Amino acid sequence: MNRILPILTVVGAIFVIWYAAAIWLNAPWAYNKAERAGTTLTATELVADTWSQEKPKLPAPHQVGAEIWKTTGEMVLKGRGFSKRSLFYHSWVTFSATALGFLLGTGLGIALAIGIVYNRTMDMSVMPWVIASQTIPILAIAPMIIVVLNAVGISGLLPKAMISMYLSFFPVVVGMVKGLRSPSPMQLDQMRTWNATPAQTFWRLRLPSSMPYLFTSLKIGMAASLVGAIVGELPTGAVAGLGARLLAGSYYGQTIQIWSALIMAATLAAVLVGLIGLAQRITLKRMGMA
Amino acid sequence: MAAVRAGGPGVTDKTVISAKDLSLTFQTNDGPVHALKDVNLDVAKGDFVSFIGPSGCGKTTFLRCMADLEHPTGGTITVNGVSPEEARKARAYGYVFQAAGLYPWRTIGGNIRLPLEIMGYGKTDQDQRVKQVLELVDLAGFEKKFPWQLSGGMQQRASIARALAFDADILLMDEPFGALDEIVRDHLNEQLLKLWDTTHKTICFVTHSIPEAVYLSTRIVVMSPRPGRITDVIESPLPRERPLEIRDTPEFIEIAHRVRDGLRAGHSYDE
Repeated sequence: MNRILPILTVVGAIFVIWYAAAIWLNAPWAYNKAERAGTTLTATELVADTWSQEKPKLPAPHQVGAEIWKTTGEMVLKGRGFSKRSLFYHSWVTFSATALGFLLGTGLGIALAIGIVYNRTMDMSVMPWVIASQTIPILAIAPMIIVVLNAVGISGLLPKAMISMYLSFFPVVVGMVKGLRSPSPMQLDQMRTWNATPAQTFWRLRLPSSMPYLFTSLKIGMAASLVGAIVGELPTGAVAGLGARLLAGSYYGQTIQIWSALIMAATLAAVLVGLIGLAQRITLKRMGMA
Repeated sequence: MAAVRAGGPGVTDKTVISAKDLSLTFQTNDGPVHALKDVNLDVAKGDFVSFIGPSGCGKTTFLRCMADLEHPTGGTITVNGVSPEEARKARAYGYVFQAAGLYPWRTIGGNIRLPLEIMGYGKTDQDQRVKQVLELVDLAGFEKKFPWQLSGGMQQRASIARALAFDADILLMDEPFGALDEIVRDHLNEQLLKLWDTTHKTICFVTHSIPEAVYLSTRIVVMSPRPGRITDVIESPLPRERPLEIRDTPEFIEIAHRVRDGLRAGHSYDE
């Protein structure tokens, strides 16, 4: 309960700044219109105009809220919750690429981490490449991946998921290498005294020990996956997905549409990361490591 | 039942651990460190041998050599007549570390079951052994509890139970009670003696507490550092049956005195 007040305070502050910024940024256009119409604006008229323009520089929160409602709740009420104009539909498209990319990235990340921890050659050679892979701007490489995969006949969900994977495997590798190495020398000696096989040491000691590190990595990886999926949608010809909505919005100057897609993406990220946080709490509590 | 001891260098079938001219040198940036130099010792079956000395005297290193956790650079050491590596692979010993090292995600029972799972004991056998060793260390009824629900002393008892759960005749203990307070330590010492008496195991016990060494051991090995070596081996005349009050008897105080003298002699010109 005592966490709600600080949160509401911050939200309130954001709204105040947002509305004020909307007045400031949209005022030139309001004055421009008034001048052409040969009238002058009172302060109230100015505020009313800046908060209700059709293509504002910065839409007011209630405009974005109305747009989101129009493309989500209202369409559900009309029974068309999953039509191509609905944000649910676009969120679903982005989510499916995010989820697939996240799973692939987590799998690749864990596999690489196991290789790095168990194989000296991989330990010395793989990590620099993993780090180098993240220094390439994703915006530059995303269209290449789409084009190359398209040339070999792979299109649709998978290319976008690959871009997601490209971004999300990195935190998993880094976290899991640290996690799999987290057992103390004493715990490893103990396994040795029992003459445990490497597989037994992995399943019974290294993997359980790495769980706190894994969940932290998964949270970062999930957010990165979503960014990857959205970036992956930009060069696909803007058919569907939150990325496509962003692109279409920017083509036609539909700032309200852009902002509503952005907020939807943020909400999606918050829900997904929150779900991982929940899984983390339950798992670590059950493991006695919380 | 008096243990028969190997006289001199002759190794009898009662000798469990035998070290001859054992040396271990670590190469460091500051030059070689002689952790052990020319160590000779025979441990007979059923003995309770304590290793005492200041830090750096090689007592833990010696124990780790027995467990094949450290590799000697000179001399020979056998455990049960074979190399430490073979002994380790045959699961000839249980090792108790300074920290209990219980897995927080496993119950006490699950922790004790861990080596049994690794060694491939059957499910019913596992259950039976867990129950048995928990009784042995006075933790019956704690099988389903998690480590964090137990005190430090109880956790260490559980870790001893874990080392006892499989059929190893040798128990290697590296300052197992070092992190516990005096009262808990007394209690655990008493229990350990009882356990040694009932299980007939051979115990090698590293400590830096003189009363603990004298109270527990049939033999006390005094070691000194730079290079790590044995300076004295004291045979304890104390009876097998040892109530805590024995620590106030003249015999006890005399042995403690000898240990202290030995420690001082090994130390006098160093600091």
